[in-house]
Amino acid sequence: MKDSFAIKLWLIQRVSGMLLGIFVVIHLVTMIVAIQGGLTAKEILERTSGNWLLGGFYSVFVITAALHGSVGLRTVAQETTGWRGVSLDAAVGLFCLLLVVIGLSAIRGLVL
Amino acid sequence: MVNQQNTIAVSIWRGDKEGGLKSYSVPLLDEQTILDLLTHIQRNIDPSLSYRFACRVGMCGSCAMQVNGKPRWVCRTLVRKAVRGNKLVLEPLPNLPVVKDLVVDMEPFFDKWQKAKGCFEPGQTALEEFLPIKPDEPRRRLADAAIECINCGCCYAACDVVASNEAYLGPAALNRAWSLVNDSRDGANKERLQAVTGTGGCQNCHTNSQCVARCPLELNPTRSIAGLKRKAAVAILKGKL
Repeated sequence: MKDSFAIKLWLIQRVSGMLLGIFVVIHLVTMIVAIQGGLTAKEILERTSGNWLLGGFYSVFVITAALHGSVGLRTVAQETTGWRGVSLDAAVGLFCLLLVVIGLSAIRGLVL
Repeated sequence: MVNQQNTIAVSIWRGDKEGGLKSYSVPLLDEQTILDLLTHIQRNIDPSLSYRFACRVGMCGSCAMQVNGKPRWVCRTLVRKAVRGNKLVLEPLPNLPVVKDLVVDMEPFFDKWQKAKGCFEPGQTALEEFLPIKPDEPRRRLADAAIECINCGCCYAACDVVASNEAYLGPAALNRAWSLVNDSRDGANKERLQAVTGTGGCQNCHTNSQCVARCPLELNPTRSIAGLKRKAAVAILKGKL
């Protein structure tokens, strides 16, 4: 593995962290504005079905969160358990993939 | 503990890693440093006590040890100021192998200094003109802010990342690398940036500034490490790392 792998992961986590800061604000503001007076599940689906802008935004959100969480989990695992090397990278990679698949399937359910 | 006979009970680590604390009663004097106290014990109570010192005036950095749980230079620490809750406990610096009593093996610390390419690498041949060093130049100011480190190891001992990650280069080595990265005469900055961003590199820093809090010279290794991170980020985005 290239020796610059760790610093590149660090940069991914920094950039994803910055993006998540913005995304979380957009998400919260949207939720607060949209739910004024209450929303049923049917009303939510009516608004999200076919909304590709929403689908695109949350897809990027999910991927960013998966990357950020996985890189952070890798660091925490290294520092608290001493687990290092290819096995850790593979496990964290799988965890990242799992988050992306679960997140995107949830968005698929809302948009399609 | 200070008592009415003006003595102080001090607990000192004896032995190697497997050792333990031993208590000594020492006369308490005005303006007495912890180094004075250790000297009294070695000369009058127990000549087998080992500790390290050289200059006695805060210039060499060799007398650093753990005083009531915090790394300090004992030559510059007054006993009356260090006593907390009637307790004075002296232990070897953490994060380094104990040789005996209060003496630690500094080799891992200096090995990491070397790994971070902490040595100046001349960038010019002897035939070229010297590059002028302007004190007010922004890069020179950054180099100067980090350059006064005397490698006492207080920051290394205080760093929680060093404690949890054996490969981490530590605040002193990275601070040194940052001062050289900003030295316009140095010719090895590409290799240095690779050295400080590999396994155990600057990206491991938690930025909780224990090194800043414990540096007797009031340097700011956290800021230096943040500078290395910024340099690394720019190098990655430019495809140079």
